[in-house]
Amino acid sequence: MSSHPAHTEDHAEEHEGMTKKRIWNVFYILLAITAVEFFIALYLVPHQVMTYHVANPIYIVLTLLKAFFIVGYFMHLKFEKAGLIIAIIVPVLFIIGLILVLTNESHHWIDLRL
Amino acid sequence: MSTAVSQIDEVKTTPWAGGTSPFSVEYGKIMMWFFLLSDAFTFSSLLIAYGALRFSSAAWPAPDLIFQSVPGLIEHGAPLVFVGLMTFILIMSSVTMVLAVEAGHRGAKKEVVWWMIGTIIGGFMFLGCQALEWSHLHSEGFWWGSIPRMEELKTLFHGNPSDQTMITYGHQFANLFFTITGFHGFHVFSGVVINIIITINVLKGTYEKRGSYLMVEKIGLYWHFVDLVWVFVFTFFYLV
Repeated sequence: MSSHPAHTEDHAEEHEGMTKKRIWNVFYILLAITAVEFFIALYLVPHQVMTYHVANPIYIVLTLLKAFFIVGYFMHLKFEKAGLIIAIIVPVLFIIGLILVLTNESHHWIDLRL
Repeated sequence: MSTAVSQIDEVKTTPWAGGTSPFSVEYGKIMMWFFLLSDAFTFSSLLIAYGALRFSSAAWPAPDLIFQSVPGLIEHGAPLVFVGLMTFILIMSSVTMVLAVEAGHRGAKKEVVWWMIGTIIGGFMFLGCQALEWSHLHSEGFWWGSIPRMEELKTLFHGNPSDQTMITYGHQFANLFFTITGFHGFHVFSGVVINIIITINVLKGTYEKRGSYLMVEKIGLYWHFVDLVWVFVFTFFYLV
């Protein structure tokens, strides 16, 4: 180890993104978000504190938050070059297009049934 | 005549000027990213189709009524407990995977092996849980194209939908559930198989000779993606 101090230092800098401590921090965040989801599903909704009209959007926001932590930290995307981040994120926006189209379409299916 | 190079002829050194990789990521890793992008499209198509069918349905089997047992322990009244366990197992195996990658950066072969074995165990545990979940639903009468008997089916809906409504949307639920969780489970299974192959290679010293544990990083990307998909499946099948 001591014979290659420059090399190890180089390495440490390159992968500064994910230290052991950071990995566990991200794990605790994911666990906490899941716990919040369970609290809503098992306590708040059954006890009529909130309806599913309120709960469902919250679930989706929390899910996207979890996705951000998994992709950003576990998959290391947050620490990649801007070009790679854009190349991965921009195509995903097409999925939003499909969501909009099929949501619209499913409104039409409701009308067909009546 | 001036020897100065005009501005347009100067050699550019920007990331996109050529000569170097603008992404500064190894080729195989970029390919894994783009494979995962295509896989994300496949999964989102399935999930969006599920969303559209469910959104346009007159009634849908309620998650808190369908998923309320812990196989072998509790038959009724424990909604989300079992799937919570499955989610925890998968997130946990994602953590062991990223710890294997971290150990790979330090070139610590032994640590990589242990974290990889942990990841494989997590993968098998998840698959085991999914097998239990499937066999539980199957014993209730759910399968591709089949639903429980009417008196049983009635207990899975909130409110009082008509028989025909329950039959139609019960079928849709069954088909979508087994297709989507099956496709995800197949990804987990493939991931476990690849993890085992990579672990054998680590043990053989293949990557030590190569001088980098990049292969561990690549399978790591795949494994986290599987975890990511589960986060969405979990939300849209079990919570919403």
